[in-house]
Amino acid sequence: MAPNSIHWFRKGLRLHDNPALQEAVRGAGTVRCVYFLDPWFAGSSNVGVNRWRFLLQCLEDLDASLRKLNSRLFVIRGQPANVFPRLFKEWKISRLTFEYDSEPFGKERDAAIKKLAMEAGVEVIVKISHTLYDLDKIIELNGGQPPLTYKRFQTLISRLDPPEMPVETLSDALMGGCVTPVAEDHGEKYGVPSLEELGFDTEGLPSAVWPGGETEALTRIERHLERKAWVANFERPRMNANSLLASPTGLSPYLRFGCLSCRLFYFKLTDLYRKVKKNSSPPLSLYGQLLWREFFYTAATNNPRFDKMEGNPICVRIPWDKNPEALAKWAEAKTGFPWIDAIMTQLRQEGWIHHLARHAVACFLTRGDLWISWEEGMKVFEELLLDADWSVNAGSWMWLSCSSFFQQFFHCYCPVGFGRRTDPNGDFIRRYLPVLRGFPAKFIYDPWNAPESVQAAAKCIIGVHYPKPMVHHAEASRLNIERMKQLYQQLSRYRGLGLLASVPSTNGNGNGGMMAYSPGEQQSGTNNNNSHWAAASPESESASQNGKGPGKRSRRAALSTKCRDRVQRSALKVLKNSALLFPSKYKKHLQAEINASKIKALKCLKVI
Amino acid sequence: MKRGLQENEQEEGGGPSGGYQKSIKWSTKQEEEEKELEEQGASWECLPQEILLHIFQYLPLLDRAYASLVCRGWNQAFHMPELWRCFEFELNQPASSYLKATHPELIKQIIKKHSNHLQYVSFKVDSSRESAEAACNILSQLVNCSLKTLGLISTARPSFMEMPKSHFISALTVVFVNSKSLSSLKIDDTPVDDPSLKVLVANNSDTLKLLKMSSCPHVSPAGIMCVADQCHGLRELALNYHLLSDELLIALSSEKHVHLEHLRIDVVSENPGQQFHTIKKSSWDAMVRHSPKFNLVMYFYLYEEEFDPFFRDEIPVTHLYFGRSVSKDVLGRVGLTCPRLVELVVCANGLRPLDEELIRIAQRCTQLSAIGLGECEVSCSAFVEFVKMCGKRLKQLSIMEEVLVPDHRYELDDIHWEVSKHLGRVWFPDMMPTW
Repeated sequence: MAPNSIHWFRKGLRLHDNPALQEAVRGAGTVRCVYFLDPWFAGSSNVGVNRWRFLLQCLEDLDASLRKLNSRLFVIRGQPANVFPRLFKEWKISRLTFEYDSEPFGKERDAAIKKLAMEAGVEVIVKISHTLYDLDKIIELNGGQPPLTYKRFQTLISRLDPPEMPVETLSDALMGGCVTPVAEDHGEKYGVPSLEELGFDTEGLPSAVWPGGETEALTRIERHLERKAWVANFERPRMNANSLLASPTGLSPYLRFGCLSCRLFYFKLTDLYRKVKKNSSPPLSLYGQLLWREFFYTAATNNPRFDKMEGNPICVRIPWDKNPEALAKWAEAKTGFPWIDAIMTQLRQEGWIHHLARHAVACFLTRGDLWISWEEGMKVFEELLLDADWSVNAGSWMWLSCSSFFQQFFHCYCPVGFGRRTDPNGDFIRRYLPVLRGFPAKFIYDPWNAPESVQAAAKCIIGVHYPKPMVHHAEASRLNIERMKQLYQQLSRYRGLGLLASVPSTNGNGNGGMMAYSPGEQQSGTNNNNSHWAAASPESESASQNGKGPGKRSRRAALSTKCRDRVQRSALKVLKNSALLFPSKYKKHLQAEINASKIKALKCLKVI
Repeated sequence: MKRGLQENEQEEGGGPSGGYQKSIKWSTKQEEEEKELEEQGASWECLPQEILLHIFQYLPLLDRAYASLVCRGWNQAFHMPELWRCFEFELNQPASSYLKATHPELIKQIIKKHSNHLQYVSFKVDSSRESAEAACNILSQLVNCSLKTLGLISTARPSFMEMPKSHFISALTVVFVNSKSLSSLKIDDTPVDDPSLKVLVANNSDTLKLLKMSSCPHVSPAGIMCVADQCHGLRELALNYHLLSDELLIALSSEKHVHLEHLRIDVVSENPGQQFHTIKKSSWDAMVRHSPKFNLVMYFYLYEEEFDPFFRDEIPVTHLYFGRSVSKDVLGRVGLTCPRLVELVVCANGLRPLDEELIRIAQRCTQLSAIGLGECEVSCSAFVEFVKMCGKRLKQLSIMEEVLVPDHRYELDDIHWEVSKHLGRVWFPDMMPTW
C-alpha cells in the first residue's frame, strides 16, 4: 500500500526547492502539509504583530499554492509533541518529512518527535534546505569546533563542494497519484487564523511594508537580480540615504522564514555573475549576505547558550549595566538622538532596518553609549525584526557589542555623525520623526544644539516636544572605550599602550579563542593579580618598563619539559574522564573545561 | 566560621563556569594525581609551609578555601599574610549588574583578619550608588593597612560621582593618611578634589609612581600642579586636557623629576564649540628633552570644529585616537606635526577620501606601526601606496572593509594580496556582518 505522508512545515515555507516536501509526495498515496500554531502561545510570546502578520501571510500563500495542486495546508492548533500521535493514528500515517533545523532547541524538539514517530512506526525523512551547507561538515572540517572568525569560515567554505542545486518546485507532475484528503470543515478546523483570532488588536494597523509569502519572495528575487544586472556591479552597494528605506528588492525576511530558498538565491546570483562577467568565476564576496547567515548558524548549532552571556563559552563576560529605564528609552525611540530614534521607529513600524542602521542602534545600546547588555537588545529585535533568527540575531548582537568573534572595538558609531554622513539632508529623520520635520538639516541630527529661535521656528522645543539626549556621547564613549580596552587587554594579556593590539589575535584555525575565552581563564580569581593598570603591583612593576609584562604565560613557558609531559598526560586523563561524563552535545563546554583543567594542572605541577 | 567561609567562597566562584562544579570534576583528576604520587612514595601532609604557600599562590581563593578545610596545617597556610596582599573587591547590586559580588561575610573576615596584610587593592563597582558607598565604607575601615596600590574602578556608569563628595573624600583620605607608601593610584571618574590630593602628596610624595585621574571634575590645574611639584617619582599620569598646562609640563620635566614614562590626555568636549587652550611647543620640547622615551597618549572626543587649536605646532604624541569624526584638514596637520606617532586610530572622517593625508603620514611619521580606520574613505591605490611606504613596520593594520574605495587599479578582491605582499604576512580588511 502506498504510504500516507505528513510534511511538517516550520521554516521553509515554500513549494520551490523543498527536498523534504518532495520526499513526502514521492510514491505516496496521500500527503498532508501541516503547520503547528499554538494560539495560546501567540498572544503571550514576545514576537510582535508585524512578525505574526508576516507568518500568517506566508501560511495563506502556502495554502493558496497548495490549492492549485488540489491540496491544502493544515494549520494545527497545539503543540507537535501532543498532537502528532493523534494525527499518526487518525490519518494512518507511515511517513513524516521535514526540513532540518540546525538550531539547538529545534534539534532537541525534532529528536523528540523522531522518537515519537519511530514508536508509532512512522518513517522520518529530514532534508537540509534552510542552509547552503551541511553545517556539521563545516565543523568537522574545522576539527570539531565551529570557526569563530568569518575569514576562517570563508576558508573552510572554499574547501567544500559548492552547495547542492535547488530541487524542482512541487507540481502536479511531481504529485503524481498523491492526493490530499480535504474535509468539508477544513477551513474551520485547519484554516489559517487571522491576527484577531490570535488576540492581536489590528485597529489602526498600517498595511504591511513587507508582505509575507513565497509568491512575493519569488517576485522580489527577480527584481533583485534585474537591478543587479542593470547596475552590473557586484560589490556591496555603498550606503546612501535611499538604502535606509525598505526596498522592494529586499530579501532578508523571506530567507528567514524560508519563503525563499537560499540555494535558489545562490545559484541565480552565480548565473547572473557568469552572464555579466563573461564566465569568470564569482568571488565569495558575491554571496556575502548568505554566508554571514551561514556563519552564525554554524557558530550556534551546538551551543544552546548562544543567546546568553553567562555560560556561553564564546561570549566575553562584560560588566554591562542593568538599566531598565534607559533600555526602555532606546526601545521606544526616546533617546533624544534623532538618528537612533528614527531607526527604532522604522523598526517598530515596518519590521526591517538596514544593516548599518542595525549596527548604529546596537552599538549605541551596548559598547557605544548605554553600556546595556546585548541580550536585552537581542530580545527587542526578536520582537520587532522580521528577519530575526535565533542564531543570526544572537550572533550579530554578540558581534556588534564586541562580545565575541575577535574584532576591533575601537570603532563606535557616532549617533550624530554617522547619520549625517549617510543622509546629510535628514529626510530619513523627518519621515520617521515628524515632530522634528521643521528643523533645518544643520541641526536635525543634534537638535539640542539648535538656538532657541530655531527650535521655536521648528515648532519643537527640545526637552518639551522631543527629549533631550539621554547621554553625553563624548563622555560615554570615552568611558566605554576604556572599559573595552581593559577587558580585551585582560583577555589578550597585552600590557602595552596600543589600543589596536588589545584584541586577542586569532591563530590558525580560528578557534584559538576557545582558550582565551574559556570562563575559567576569564574569571581569573578574585584574588589574582589582574590589576594590570597598577604599575607598582608585584607582577606589573616590570610591565610598565618594557611594555609587555612577564605574565602568567611566560611563567608557564618556563616549565621544564618533563613537567610539561606530565601535564599533558594528566590533561589527557581529564579529557578521557570528562568525555565519559558528558554527552557529546556539550563538547564545547567540555573543551573549555579541559582548558581550565590544563591550567590548573599546570598550577599544581609547577611546584612538584 | 570555616563553614561560613566556605559558603561565601561558593558565592565567589559562581558564574558561568560554576567554580563549584569545576572543583568536583577536578577532584576526579586530583584523586588520580594522588594515586600516582602515592605510588611514588610521596605524601601530601609532609609538604612544608613554604611549598604549600607556593601552591596556594597559584590557586583561586575558592580552591584555597576548600583546601583549608583539609587539615590544621593547610588551614594555617590559608591565613598566611602573603596570600592576602592582593584583593579585588567586587561590589555589585543584583538590580544593576549581572555579575556576582564579593560576599559581605568574606569582606568582613578580610577586614577583621587580613586588613593589615592588604597591599594591592582594587574595587570594582557597578553603576549603583550603593556599590560606590559600600566601597568607601570598606576604605574607611582600612585604618591599619599600608596600601601600595589602590584602584577604584567603575565598571558601568561612574557611580562614585553620584555619592556625597564628603563621604568619598573622607574614605579616600583614610587610605592616603594611613598608607604612607602608596605608589599607584587609579581614581578615574571620581569626585576627588584638590585638598585630598594635598593629603596624598603630604603622605606619599616619595613613593607615588602612577596616578590615573581622567575625568575628575573637582580637581583644578593647581591641584595637579601640587602633585607634579612634590612627587618626583611620578612616572605615569593620566588626566583630562583641561588640567594640562605649560607649568605642569615644566614641573614634570624638572631636574629633580624621574623620567616620565606615560602621559595620557583625554580631550573631551563638554558642549559644542568649546574653546580649548594651547600648549606651547617649548613646553613639549622640555618634556622630550627630559624624558626622551616618554609616551604621550591622546584620546580626542571633539566635534570637528573644535580641533582648531590642536596640531598647529609639533607635538610629541605617540598614540593618537580620534573617537569622533575628524576632518581631512586635521589629519593633514597630524602628518606635519606628529613625528613620534606610533599608533593612529581614526573612527570617522568626512566623505572625501584621505589619500594624501595617509601618504603624508607614512612619509613623516617614521615610527608609525599601528593604524586603525573606521568610517573613513581611502582609495585602494592610495592605501596600497601607504602600506608599501610603511612596509613591515606596520604591526597592526585594522581597516574596515567599507573604508577601501575600489579604483581603476585595484578591486576590493585584489587588495588583500597586494597589502599582504607589502606587509610580509597575510592581511584582510575588517568586516562587519551584513545582516
